[in-house]
Amino acid sequence: MIRSEILKEIAPILRDQLVVCNIGIPSQELHAIDDQPTNFYMLGTMGLASSIGLGLALAQPKPVIVIDGDGSILTNMGTLPTIANNVADNYILMIIDNGSYGSTGDQPTYAGLKTSLAKVAEACGCENVIECRDVDTGEVLQKALESGKMHVIVVKCDSGNAKNPVITMDPVVIRDRFMKAVQA
Amino acid sequence: MNIDKKIADDLVANDISFVTTVPCKQLAGVIEEIDQRDDIYHIPSNKEDEGMGLCAGAWMGGKRPAIIMQNTAIGVTFNTLATLIQYYRMPLPMLISYRGELREPVACQVEMAIHTKALLAQMNIPTYHFHWQKDVEELDNILKYTFMCNKPVAILTDANFWGGYGDQ
Ligand SMILES: Cc1ncc(C[n+]2csc(CCOP(=O)(O)OP(=O)(O)O)c2C)c(N)n1
Ligand SMILES: [Mg+2]
Repeated sequence: MIRSEILKEIAPILRDQLVVCNIGIPSQELHAIDDQPTNFYMLGTMGLASSIGLGLALAQPKPVIVIDGDGSILTNMGTLPTIANNVADNYILMIIDNGSYGSTGDQPTYAGLKTSLAKVAEACGCENVIECRDVDTGEVLQKALESGKMHVIVVKCDSGNAKNPVITMDPVVIRDRFMKAVQA
Repeated sequence: MNIDKKIADDLVANDISFVTTVPCKQLAGVIEEIDQRDDIYHIPSNKEDEGMGLCAGAWMGGKRPAIIMQNTAIGVTFNTLATLIQYYRMPLPMLISYRGELREPVACQVEMAIHTKALLAQMNIPTYHFHWQKDVEELDNILKYTFMCNKPVAILTDANFWGGYGDQ
């Protein structure tokens, strides 16, 4: 499965949750599949989805699901020790590990070669680290939500992108409707 | 006056309850003070752009954030300032130790100091410079200004403000 197929499958789980979504094609795909005010789309700032999501989870009680990418975790690897040492049980970091920089043309990342992000997360002290196959994503995510425990889920999947338009919504509008959804 | 206490008091008085830090020798006292406050969640970050991401999330979650960092890190934060904090219009007080200014003992620190104000000006970031201890009296107004306009605002604090380096 490629990222967009996974997102389509888990869209019903994501719909009612606060979601922080990675820059580029991941956000475009989620926006096209099921745009919700509870989605925070990153239009730039590669690497910070996991950090934004952690700040959000620590600041309020609703569950927060971060849809991140292997390349973005690699560029902000310092995020994993921070996550491990600031446990927020309403936080789920889901890394779509397609082994590539998908948005920029599927150039391979080290996560698709020798580097295991699940092992890195564990070594950083993260608990409830689960590496799963693309087809199991929905089940694993649902269980993680129900457990009420912080999770790091590494979804191993194929590289590839769906064709969708760029998001033209103004960033302040994205942010404002998201904040209203957080408070609702 | 204990400036570390005064700074922490002003943060709390302005309802700032989420503070991320990357240490600097000059900031050691204020970081320790913040760490001890029950009404502030102190979350050390590993890099300043990561810290700004944490602050952005906390603010969207309803908490007022602040970052405490050294001016040598300003370069690694520009993409985050431009494409996250400024683009989505978020408030962010940045209490920055201004290394490489008067009374600095380490020559290498001057190399980033000479760029610091120009870079902040290029980013249209409102910038204040605390040089004397009494300058801290302005902090309360600066924090109010930051959350009024929803912008990143820099407060540069040099060695003279912190009382020099003792024996160094
Ligand atoms: C600082 C910075 N460097 C590079 C880019 C270009 N860029 C945008 S998205 C992306 C790939 C992200 O890869 P990953 O997080 O694995 O997500 P995927 O698209 O594979 O799901 C890159 C390299 C950028 N936007 N910002
Ligand atoms: Mg990828």
